[in-house]
Amino acid sequence: MGSAIESMRRASKKWRLRLYVAGNTPNSIAAFANLKEICENHLGGRYQIEVVDLLENPTLAKGDQIVAIPTLVRKLPFPVKKIIGDLSNRERVLVGLDLKAASGI
Amino acid sequence: MARARRLKSSSVALIKTPTGISGLDNITDGGLPKGRTTLIAGGAGSGKTLFGMEFLIRGIEIYGEPGVAMTFEETAEEISSNLASLGHDVNKLVREKKLFVDYVHVERRQIEETGEYDLEGLFIRLDHAIKSIGAKRVLLDTIEVLFSGLRNESIVRSELRRLFRWLKDHDVTAVITAEAGDNTFLTRHGLEEYVADCVIILDHRVTEQISTRRIRVVKYRGSSHGTNEYPFLLNEGGMSVVPITALGLSHKASTERVSSGIPGLDKMLGAKGFFRASSVLVTGTAGTGKSSVAASFVNSACGRGERAMYFAFEESESQILRNMLSLGMPLERWIQKGLLQIRAARPTSMGLENHLAIMCKTIEDYRPSIVVVDPITNLISVGTAISVKAMLTRLIDLLKTHKITAMFTNLSLSGEEITSTEISSLMDAWLSLKEIEVDGARQRVMYVLKARGMAHSNRVHRFTISDQGIQIEDEVRGQERKI
Repeated sequence: MGSAIESMRRASKKWRLRLYVAGNTPNSIAAFANLKEICENHLGGRYQIEVVDLLENPTLAKGDQIVAIPTLVRKLPFPVKKIIGDLSNRERVLVGLDLKAASGI
Repeated sequence: MARARRLKSSSVALIKTPTGISGLDNITDGGLPKGRTTLIAGGAGSGKTLFGMEFLIRGIEIYGEPGVAMTFEETAEEISSNLASLGHDVNKLVREKKLFVDYVHVERRQIEETGEYDLEGLFIRLDHAIKSIGAKRVLLDTIEVLFSGLRNESIVRSELRRLFRWLKDHDVTAVITAEAGDNTFLTRHGLEEYVADCVIILDHRVTEQISTRRIRVVKYRGSSHGTNEYPFLLNEGGMSVVPITALGLSHKASTERVSSGIPGLDKMLGAKGFFRASSVLVTGTAGTGKSSVAASFVNSACGRGERAMYFAFEESESQILRNMLSLGMPLERWIQKGLLQIRAARPTSMGLENHLAIMCKTIEDYRPSIVVVDPITNLISVGTAISVKAMLTRLIDLLKTHKITAMFTNLSLSGEEITSTEISSLMDAWLSLKEIEVDGARQRVMYVLKARGMAHSNRVHRFTISDQGIQIEDEVRGQERKI
């Protein structure tokens, strides 16, 4: 089943990820760095990261129902996935993005 | 309407924001603490959301203060339709930029937590909402949802603490709602430890199929407040609290007199009638003419152009109109002129507190100078004797505050004066109607048992009820035997 997911990944189009931050806080900076690393390692080049700073665009928080900062939203591929935190827990990020099955299940 | 109360307040002047919710500003002695946070706790369906929204909406409509509602449980559409049933048009207020509703959806299953975070997104949304309409009032309903939506409880708690400080710094008066906890805590997640200023509890009980809503101010730092439970209503008139506990006897006595509508009776009452704003009890066995006395009272008041309110707990409006018409009192014409309203209800239709709340609200809205409650007997069937007295005490206090002269009829059994002394002690005047046998013939008689503050006749007088109404005749002499 793992390989089926992997081949789906390879066949699918570009990933669109949106990272919501609120200014340059340590958490936000860490999240961006972690995100880049995860994308490089697991998505090859096929990804696009958009950073939305809510301090500059507060109205954008409502659309994706952002409460926690930082929040990562996977816009594509469907379905939309939401991950909060500085992404330091690699395992959970991969599970959250469906790049890895949750262990122990 | 708020009335000035001379209460000793604390030396630090606590500024209050009037809520505009009828009765609530009374029991909080001026409203909620301005610029601070008030916690509203209650079970499901107790009315927390409606309370909070009424706070915002009245703030807009009465005080011109825009408000923000951050809602965590109900969507903006759900809130809009719920408020519509209370007679409010939420969408209109939003369009006019007086109200900002932000539905915040936090669902645990949809979120993966992967490290450190804070709730700055919430702050940003709230700040944006407040700034965009210049809001002075904020509702957070129910912020406890954050506990179920996010796994990291310590982050949620520290961010909530930060939020309440933030609200204070931003000079908004905030109301937060929370679910009532069980015995250890006031609220399920112990929010009361962060909100120190004012805590209010809403209660919704169903006892023997009768539902009652009550509100209680549990804590109000720096302020005096009524500590009792007060009944409140939620209906198409919005939310209203019945405020008066009536343990105070600070009403100024009036010397003005009001005719009973029966000239011979006025003569028995020191030649002038009842005192304005007094409470009058009329007792008698069935068929002795109590309702006719009440109707005469109302009829003459309306004839003078005064507004009267008739609360009927035994007969319907049309029965009363028909009966009194046959006694020469066409009450219908006063109804058409807007001088009389008859409200008929079955005592068993709702709890005692609800009856009281509705009567008080009706009186506040209609502002009569004369009120009749006919009879109060049946209300005992819905409550114990003690709660009826408590209810009457509150009602009479409200009536005296508004300088309303009120008449209460009560059925007495077998002719004995067994009306409970507690009820009669609330009354300023007491009229007793009887049927007796005089010289072998049945005769209607009445006499004044008491009338505070005036010299009244202590004679028993005959009277008749005919198509000319009630007419007092001569005093009874000779032997009296009750029928």
